[in-house]
Amino acid sequence: MNEFFILMQQELLLTAIIFILLFVKLAAKEVEAKTLLLLTNILLGINLVAGFFSTASGSLFGDMFHTSELLHLEKNILNLGTLIISLQSYNWLMKHKHAAEFYILMLSTLLGMFFMLSSSNLLMFYVGLELASIPLAAMANFDLDKKRSAEAAMKYIISSAFASGLLLFGISMMYGVAGSLNFADLKAIASATPLFLFSFVLIIAGFGFKISAVPFHLWTADVYEGSPIAVTSYLSVISKGSMIFVMTSVLFTVFDKLFFQWYNIMAVLAVLSMIVGNLFAIRQQNIKRFLAFSSISQVGFILIGVSGGDNTGFSSVIYFVLIYIFSNLAAFGVLSLVSTEKGKETIDDFKGFYKTNPLLTWVLAIALFSLAGIPPTAGFFGKFFLILAGAGRNNYLLITIAALNMVVSLYYYLRIIKAMFMDANEAPIEKVEMGWSPKLAMAICVGGIVVTGLVSGAYEYIYSLVK
Amino acid sequence: MNLSLLLILPLAFSLLLLAVKGLKQVRTVALLAAVAQLGLSVFLLFKFLQERVTSSSDFVFDQNYTWYKALNINYHVGVDGISVAMILLTAFVVLAAVLVSWKQEHQHKEFFFLLLFLSLGAYGFFISLDLFTMFFFLEVAVIPKFLLIGIWGSGKKEYSALKLALMLMAGSALVFVGLSGLYFNTSVNGQHTFDLLQISQNSIATNLQYLFFPFAFIGFGIFTALFPFHTWVPDGHSSAPTAASMFLAGISMKLGGYGCLRVATYLMPDAAHHYSTIIIVLSCIAILYGAFATMMQTDLKYINAYSSVSHCGFVLLGIGMLTKTSINGAVLQMVSHGLMTALFFAVIGMIYERTHTRQVAQLGGLLKVMPFISSVFVIVGLCSLGLPGLSGFVAEMTVFMGSWQRADTFYRIATIVSAASIVVTAVYILRAVGSSIMGPIKHTEYLKLGDAAWNEKTAAVLLLVGILIMGLVPFWLTDLINPGTEVIMQKIGMIK
Repeated sequence: MNEFFILMQQELLLTAIIFILLFVKLAAKEVEAKTLLLLTNILLGINLVAGFFSTASGSLFGDMFHTSELLHLEKNILNLGTLIISLQSYNWLMKHKHAAEFYILMLSTLLGMFFMLSSSNLLMFYVGLELASIPLAAMANFDLDKKRSAEAAMKYIISSAFASGLLLFGISMMYGVAGSLNFADLKAIASATPLFLFSFVLIIAGFGFKISAVPFHLWTADVYEGSPIAVTSYLSVISKGSMIFVMTSVLFTVFDKLFFQWYNIMAVLAVLSMIVGNLFAIRQQNIKRFLAFSSISQVGFILIGVSGGDNTGFSSVIYFVLIYIFSNLAAFGVLSLVSTEKGKETIDDFKGFYKTNPLLTWVLAIALFSLAGIPPTAGFFGKFFLILAGAGRNNYLLITIAALNMVVSLYYYLRIIKAMFMDANEAPIEKVEMGWSPKLAMAICVGGIVVTGLVSGAYEYIYSLVK
Repeated sequence: MNLSLLLILPLAFSLLLLAVKGLKQVRTVALLAAVAQLGLSVFLLFKFLQERVTSSSDFVFDQNYTWYKALNINYHVGVDGISVAMILLTAFVVLAAVLVSWKQEHQHKEFFFLLLFLSLGAYGFFISLDLFTMFFFLEVAVIPKFLLIGIWGSGKKEYSALKLALMLMAGSALVFVGLSGLYFNTSVNGQHTFDLLQISQNSIATNLQYLFFPFAFIGFGIFTALFPFHTWVPDGHSSAPTAASMFLAGISMKLGGYGCLRVATYLMPDAAHHYSTIIIVLSCIAILYGAFATMMQTDLKYINAYSSVSHCGFVLLGIGMLTKTSINGAVLQMVSHGLMTALFFAVIGMIYERTHTRQVAQLGGLLKVMPFISSVFVIVGLCSLGLPGLSGFVAEMTVFMGSWQRADTFYRIATIVSAASIVVTAVYILRAVGSSIMGPIKHTEYLKLGDAAWNEKTAAVLLLVGILIMGLVPFWLTDLINPGTEVIMQKIGMIK
């Protein structure tokens, strides 16, 4: 029983927070939004700090659930991202009538992701995945009076169901071959027989949908554009990040014998995602849509790290997701403020932004530089290590494509920089007022962007855990 | 001496810059920073000359700290004569650039901050002995240029800024592939390494050199206007504000030359032999094409920008010839061109600030109203066309002598062709200088214009002193860089 509490500490804490919020909502009908948000943010903060104290590793429930230091770290990274999103959505949630429900849904999906990460059985994995995706559809619909938001939710639930269908089909086939869904058994039996490969490819396609790798990306842009910004940022970093964690560890530990099969798949997906993501991002006017395509191309870079297939690859993927959380959330943070307060979301609206909001402009600029991989921001280190991990396989064509794609991506990131700093605008966005909460979120993000790269501690720690 | 001071100093001053308010304070801090950098560089020169006598290693003031242990990435810095020369050049140009921007009213804090940040990138690049650190600083120095041109530039500034940033980033993308090739094909104690010294001791297989040399050389070559990747140069230079043009042509293009020499040629000598013909052909094209293209220009900034393409061609020609004298010449040309072109842009900036035009046809008779600026203009023009006694002559002469040492017909023809470009240079320089400062004054309002202010005079004198020292006592500089080229030559192997 004691073991149960120790190993599942993070999941239990999260469940406790969900219940506290439920009770608050039920018991005190007229609770002020301000108090509720403060309470939730404090709880999430405690949750984040407490996460760092759990280091135990072991398995539970007849090897259904396992945990290790690495998994704790991955969960902590997700916790951190959730806290940042919660802080920066402050202005939006203050105006929204259903803040408590929003948090309950969001934390449920986070709980689902935790179970997914900790699963050591495909069935458990699937349950976690569904818990992580269904509430997300409800969240996508959270701009209750906007049609686009409902459309986004619909699109998300349908494509998500389709992906789940593919995954389930693959899982059932795999069960047919292996006679078990336990990861240890699968690892032992994994071989390049046609039926096993068929089911394996279906599972990878399921993953591909969730991380929106090309050619499974078609839902991404519409859902990102329609959803409220808080949900878009959650989708693009937390949901995607958790899926990348799971995919990497499943590929590396369970299907390591099939490396040469999935190496090629990853390389092709990486090249497609980078190129298609970049080409579409160039044409976008809406910043949310723009970030959707840029996130597709970022996934391409991550897949290069995955294709590295060794410890360096694994650790650079986790490291990059951490940096990606900081950089993408810093960008979304600024966007969220501007969109909530002024209702503006296109690149043209940001013309002359520097004149009126110098601080926010610098935050957005640093975030974009980090996304583009410009030193001294952390994004440079993240991308460098990902591509370096890919280069370890001596596939120099792949890394040349990747390196040149970084140049293409720089073009569209610089477009926004240019709009903000250089373009003249007669009616630029007025000065945006912000409270302590978004400021704190941005400070965390910018701090993360500056420190994570220049100081090698984070990478070394991840590397030591992966080893 | 602690080389990291070269990084800490600009960083500390640029942070201090963020704290102060108002143009007066900001520019004072920037000036202090630039003066301190120059002081530090001169101090470094003296310390280096002392240390060199006793030290047995090629690189002195070595500092090596582990940065990313898992990937064997180190913060490894050290200098030899070539890097010291480059650091001195940087310090001179930065101080002059700060001085000519003295009246920078518009968003002055950001302007000087970016300028100092750029110098940080340049110093970091020149002192790095670890390829990762070097690459890091190479890229650090790209985005500030984009912002400097895009925000404070003139003309079609957004286009030029974007073109420059993308082409330079494409260059560094190629460099990155080359570097990762070097990394994965060296193994020291079972670990891959980015360490320049370790890679140089660890010969890389010839076929791999053939594969990765083009990546590294073209990548760095883009920075130094390697034909046909020179197209960012004219646009970038002409749209940039004066200080940024000075930095861009004076230092930034030298990052590329230094990289071609130190990384591509030094670490992959077999490939350097293999591809030398192509390098020579391309640099000859750059020299001639640059010179002829300059003849067609009517805008003073474009004239200097295209002539930079031509002059930087000599750097690559010197490297491509692979003789000791020619490589010495390449380094001399880097320093000489850095000083000369920075001064050229400074003078053009001064003229433009007063007359508000850079069209040669609009100017005329300036010698009568602004004698100081005009005289400097004449001197720098003469330096550009290679008048003996000024730095340009020394550098170009050394390159030609080095090239002539290669006896084959091909090399002879290449030398003659590139030497012939000097005639073209004389044509465009004399025409530009002559018609803008001599003759009658074209517009009556020019009569009211004043001569250089104290800051402009100081900047010009500073760079002029550099040019004159190099022209009159060239062996000071040659002595400084000679041991450095010696090391590179040992690796290349003597050809004759």
